[in-house]
Amino acid sequence: MNYTFHWYPAFKLLPKMLYGSITTIEIAFLSIIFGIILGAILALAKNSNNKIIFSIANIWIEISRNTPALYQIYMVYFGLGTFGIYVGSFGALLIGITFNNSGYLAETFRGGLRAIPATQMKTGRSLGMNFFQSFIYIILPQLFRIVFHSVTNQTVLAILMTSLGVIVGMNTDLMGVTNELNALSFRTFEYFLLAAVLYYLITKIFLNSAYLLSYKLFRY
Amino acid sequence: MNFVFDFSVNDFFYMVKGLGISVTLTLWSVILGTILGIIFGFIRSIAGIFLNFFIGSILDIFRSIPLLIQLILINALSSIFKFGFSPFEVSCFVLAIYTSAYVTETVRSGILSVPIPFLKSSRSLGLTYLQTLKEITFPLALRVSLPAWVGVTLGVFKDTSLVLWIGIIELLKSSQIIITRTQEPILILTIAGILYFTVSFCFTRVTNILEKRWERYEL
Repeated sequence: MNYTFHWYPAFKLLPKMLYGSITTIEIAFLSIIFGIILGAILALAKNSNNKIIFSIANIWIEISRNTPALYQIYMVYFGLGTFGIYVGSFGALLIGITFNNSGYLAETFRGGLRAIPATQMKTGRSLGMNFFQSFIYIILPQLFRIVFHSVTNQTVLAILMTSLGVIVGMNTDLMGVTNELNALSFRTFEYFLLAAVLYYLITKIFLNSAYLLSYKLFRY
Repeated sequence: MNFVFDFSVNDFFYMVKGLGISVTLTLWSVILGTILGIIFGFIRSIAGIFLNFFIGSILDIFRSIPLLIQLILINALSSIFKFGFSPFEVSCFVLAIYTSAYVTETVRSGILSVPIPFLKSSRSLGLTYLQTLKEITFPLALRVSLPAWVGVTLGVFKDTSLVLWIGIIELLKSSQIIITRTQEPILILTIAGILYFTVSFCFTRVTNILEKRWERYEL
């Protein structure tokens, strides 16, 4: 082996990578928030009796669960241009991951809704609340408790998925910054190992704070 | 000289060839990863706290780092140490470890889900430890783990699209190559999507039928 590892240049670029990881976290959280909103709508749509709404939601969920995330990002990045819509790498990454999250979260929410007995809703209605009141005050808090763990896992997957942006030319997130720096010096192993450590720390910090939060929230 | 700029039948076969590479990669990595995962999962279900924590945290690393970075790192290592592995072998290796990290948890939760009275009563009926494992634990654990295992396999099949970064021409890369020539992204990407969708959808259906058939032996 005639390769010497150079760790010092990698550590010198740590501030740039840290700056990039802010973008990574930003994309992951934006995509999970939009994903939760879309997923909730899709879950309700899939429970509806209207056939058209049901099949639209069903097709959406099946497509987003049965094709690769990278394929979905490609579709947004290369495909939308056909319709005259141009999104940059950031937009393509965000829309792609949001689409992917929405399908998985919709199934999670649907499972959660099924786990809550129908009597809960009836009780709320018979106590004089209207549909939305009983949904918000009775169903939602219970649903939140059931799906919390799955949403946390999906957020971790979203953080990891942001690394795919580099394939469509993203250069501001952690992976993109690392890739650009790598193109300057070709210290591939050192730079990407540092990036891997940063990704590991991001997911671990997120998981542990979610764990603490769940401990605080679900004491009762 | 005639140049073809439209999407032709040959292009379709080129994409199917790419799909073949994706599926081959999935098969190898799932077979290797499942074997490793069963071994690790079994060890984790019987080991003490220390060994359990050790294996668990090592495998957890592979689930907390993006697959793309794992591929790049192992590919770089293989060229640094001059192992001489082809990109295909490197990605099989990485995907197998990645699969095993997920399968381990599946197998462990499957084995732990078998009620302890079952094991005790089988021992008191005169079965040896190995017989209990073979006749009681594994069949019951298999039924619990199978749906999660299917999910892992589908995930790996979808994640094979990332290997284009280290230079393997699988389905997505082959469609990208064709797009460069024909400039019809929507058409070609739709075909690629249908191919991906068909494979994973059929796989889900087959395992659903399998699960239905096993339901007869429900506890």
